[in-house]
Amino acid sequence: MVDDTLLSIRGLKIEATSYPPGEPAREVTLVHGVDLTLKRGRVLGLIGESGAGKSTIGLSAMAYGRGGVRLTGGTIRLNGRDIRQAGPQDLRSLRGREVTYVAQSAAAAFNPAKRLMEQVIEASLAHGLMSRPEAEARAISLFRKLGLPNPDGFGNRYPHQVSGGQLQRAMTAMALCPRPDLVIFDEPTTALDVTTQIDVLAAIKEAIRDTHVAALYITHDLAVVAQVSDEIMVLRHGRMVEIGPTAQIIHDPQQDYTRALVSVRSLEHVEKPPAPPVLQVEGITARYRGTHFDVLKRVTVDLPPGQTLAVVGESGSGKSTLARVITGLLPPSAGRITFAGRVLSPDLKGRSRDDLREIQMIYQMADTAMNPRQTVGTLIGRPLEFYFGLRGAERDRRVQELLDEIEMGKGYAQRYPAELSGGQKQRVCIARALAAKPRLIICDEVTSALDPLVADGILKLLLNLQALEKVAYLFITHDLATVKAIADKIAVMYKGEVVRYGQKSDVLAPPFDNYTDLLLSSVPEMEIGWLEQVIAHRKMESAGN
Amino acid sequence: MHPILKLVVQRIALGLLLLLAVSAVIFLGVEALPGDTAQAILGQQATPEALANLREKLGLDRPPLERYFAWLGGVLTGDLGTALTNGADIAQSIGQRLGNTLFLASCAAVISVPLAIILGLIAARHAGKWQDKLISGLTLTTISLPEFVAAYFVIYLLTQVFPVFLPVASIYGGMTFWQKLNAVALPVIVLVLVVLAHMMRMTRAAILNVMQSAYIETAELKGLTPMQVIWRHAFPNAIAPVVSVVMLNMAYLVVGVVVVEVVFGYNALGQYLVDHVSKRDLPVVQAVGLVFAAVYIFLNILADVISIIANPRLRHPK
Amino acid sequence: MRPPLSALIGLTLTGLFLFSAVFAQWIAPYPIDASAGKVWEGPSADYWLGTDSIGRDILSRLIYGGQVTIFVALASSALAFSMGAFLGFLAAVSGGFVDQLLSRIVDLVMAIPSLIVALVMLSVLPLNLTVLILVMGILDSTRVFRLSRAVAMDIAVMDYVEAARLRGEGGTWVIFREILPNALSPLVAEFGLRFIFAVLFISTLSFLGLGVQPPLSDWGGMVKENKDGLIFGKPAALLPAAAIAALAISVNLVADWVLTRTSSLKGGRGG
Repeated sequence: MVDDTLLSIRGLKIEATSYPPGEPAREVTLVHGVDLTLKRGRVLGLIGESGAGKSTIGLSAMAYGRGGVRLTGGTIRLNGRDIRQAGPQDLRSLRGREVTYVAQSAAAAFNPAKRLMEQVIEASLAHGLMSRPEAEARAISLFRKLGLPNPDGFGNRYPHQVSGGQLQRAMTAMALCPRPDLVIFDEPTTALDVTTQIDVLAAIKEAIRDTHVAALYITHDLAVVAQVSDEIMVLRHGRMVEIGPTAQIIHDPQQDYTRALVSVRSLEHVEKPPAPPVLQVEGITARYRGTHFDVLKRVTVDLPPGQTLAVVGESGSGKSTLARVITGLLPPSAGRITFAGRVLSPDLKGRSRDDLREIQMIYQMADTAMNPRQTVGTLIGRPLEFYFGLRGAERDRRVQELLDEIEMGKGYAQRYPAELSGGQKQRVCIARALAAKPRLIICDEVTSALDPLVADGILKLLLNLQALEKVAYLFITHDLATVKAIADKIAVMYKGEVVRYGQKSDVLAPPFDNYTDLLLSSVPEMEIGWLEQVIAHRKMESAGN
Repeated sequence: MHPILKLVVQRIALGLLLLLAVSAVIFLGVEALPGDTAQAILGQQATPEALANLREKLGLDRPPLERYFAWLGGVLTGDLGTALTNGADIAQSIGQRLGNTLFLASCAAVISVPLAIILGLIAARHAGKWQDKLISGLTLTTISLPEFVAAYFVIYLLTQVFPVFLPVASIYGGMTFWQKLNAVALPVIVLVLVVLAHMMRMTRAAILNVMQSAYIETAELKGLTPMQVIWRHAFPNAIAPVVSVVMLNMAYLVVGVVVVEVVFGYNALGQYLVDHVSKRDLPVVQAVGLVFAAVYIFLNILADVISIIANPRLRHPK
Repeated sequence: MRPPLSALIGLTLTGLFLFSAVFAQWIAPYPIDASAGKVWEGPSADYWLGTDSIGRDILSRLIYGGQVTIFVALASSALAFSMGAFLGFLAAVSGGFVDQLLSRIVDLVMAIPSLIVALVMLSVLPLNLTVLILVMGILDSTRVFRLSRAVAMDIAVMDYVEAARLRGEGGTWVIFREILPNALSPLVAEFGLRFIFAVLFISTLSFLGLGVQPPLSDWGGMVKENKDGLIFGKPAALLPAAAIAALAISVNLVADWVLTRTSSLKGGRGG
């Protein structure tokens, strides 16, 4: 039998020097002895949270360490030879010829000063694999296969002249052009909008199948990797948790961590019945100063007390602008907002302290939402002082109560935000909002910067707090899985308009309008073969193409 | 009109407008300063008649705005007036000296620009290693030296400790080009030292910035040789920032040249300016100040125009 | 956290310079104008650093000169700093017309090299310490203005500032509790750089004969007084020159350290 092993990694150890600010540099181990085997033409998915070492392992297949990362132990056998021991000349002949790479941000990975064609065929020419006309012909056929518009002329464009989804396809063409044995896909669809992601994912999958290339597919999204890979390896903190065929990982995970990852989107929320609203948004139209374009067009939604309205849409849909209008940061050009029975002043300046207190906001990036020079105690204590005049011991006691409510316990009040983890930071922001005893909290993409398990924890916390404090949430997100997990009502936004609105059960039940169909069908489901079904049944092309 | 042409024209127009504003500041701003020009020239002991005479001669009895436009009109037609101290024609005096100043500055530029770029490249290529630390350490030192301090260290070193040069630098008509070069060697060394540090530091930063881009990693992962990576991918993107750096430092040179000319008694524009500041010869000071400002603004425009042209996003709009 | 060696050297030297400037009257071995020895004597037990162009003790002159140099530089950088920072914050926070006006004026002043502007101004103004400090301070405040405006603008768009405004906080809290604490460290480092610039500036002006006037004398002036000795092999002029360089380098080392400390505080998780 012919040995069809392409890549075989044994006991891989990867280290780097870390330079913590203000401390002496120290050695850290990123990957502790990982084994991996990849056969020709097969696709292996590498999955894990940030810091799991998945990109680092992926790049080790090219014997490449990014930013001072060193491959310090084990063997990496590619096509039968150990490339960890290879010299610079050998490495150059393998990179871009046997193994190629597709980066997460194609926008940054393309040289802005050169035409796309020049860059796509560069490796093929540099390694003398084909003549220029041959390479160009191959590039054009790849452009066509990947569904790029005007494949013959596409290569004449510069990177800034095409969209993000197209660039990601072009990068895939660049990786496939030299007919490599192995392509490393490093989160190739993560930076894209959800509806665009599916098309690019489908294009990549088709291209892999047609060219019989092997691939390492790196992502943090289990549902995505389930669509493209034959096998999945789950990684955590630089160690392997579990490896197995895709079907087994999805349907029969062996480890607790994998089970948690698989069930992360299965949070179920029972919808509350309709009730008189606490917040009424009526006919809001808004534009930013100095522009001639309405970002919001006659938006009308309402939200009962203690319930959650999810506002869903892609970037540019106007969902965050809606939050700015409700908070008073952007006075609308038409329409009005009624809150707890009173009409709110359109401008922040015209609102009473109680108006401000009762509507609180939580941001996507907890990092920038907290003053780095204030302790957690000050951050949470300030609203107590400002709205309720609490001082001294009384204030400290209430701060501690709030810390307990967000499940953080003692010893955090003296810390600075820089000393907290990502999830803890977001919890502190929640506590700060709760301190004001609000009736409405606007949550702007509060989980999208977090790893799935951490995000899950935050969502559960928000639901518990809602039951406890009877606070209403206006939940802005692009992630439909999150919506299903927490919403009572849903508003789907597209290009500044609410295209579908109502109780969750109604919004998520057919028949759908075209956009909602596109959006709903774009959320990757943890189900093998889902991608093909979706592509086959789509009514509308995504905007990113 | 092509957007790039439009931007360039805009930038040049803005520069000319700036120059006009600068001329107003140099003329009217100085007028607005407390201190009586006539008194300043003649001193405390001057008789009221002498003061009145001088004011009339200077036209100080006319409204400032009127005098400004008269002056501006003169500037545009090449008439810069006459010096108070010796009645010499200012335009002519400047004309004779400008050439010398430009000669000195260009010699310094011709040496320092390539040297700074090479050193910047070396420092960037070995960032964090001893070559980088050595170069950075040395440049930190020279950045901390004012021009005249650097000049005297160089003079002492090269005329006393190792007597290779004469400590004066005068050039006059009838010298051959080589004689001239030899004469300006010392001031050029000083200027190079002073400008080099700034230029090299900024070049290093600009190149490091480009080398850390994701597209450089892409190029490395294509298996290109280091030379191919630098030549095809780093270089086209580094041109604009490096050229800006060079132009900004040419502007440092404009100031450096003033002091260095005084140190070496080099008969050129800077020396002329400083002399007439001490003599409080306002018309000369204003004229020379305007010339320096014009050169400085011109270099800044050039830097901006080059970086506009080098930007692929502007060259190939959507 | 222990400062690195370079910062320690910088701190020590800077402290030494400040100390000798403050206590010049007590530590200088000779009065400022005592011409005691022969012209350009070498170092000896009586004159540790030798004598100058008219036979005065160089060490004493250096100590007094340092007092003048440091005083003028400190005063002008303090002026530049308070004026520039105040106007910079004002421009950033108020925006609109105020911002436009201030920014355009600053653009205009910065369109010409400071030395040239100073020379033009000094050709009319009387030459005394007050005028020098004002001219240098005002010219240099443009750089502080640009930096503090940029820093304040960066901070003003942060979500935590928006959160404070949404809470209903007034301008005082926003400026003094949210913006200023985060702007402080880059500004402190900038103060060091402005001070160095002022030292170099005043030294250059004095060297050109347009700065500190006799009978007072600063280091730049001392270089001018002694420069003619150089071509006779008398290196007296190099001593004040070296003093200028040493002061500038040591403050630079301190400022560098403050700057790295600042940037390290910004990055995400401290651990």
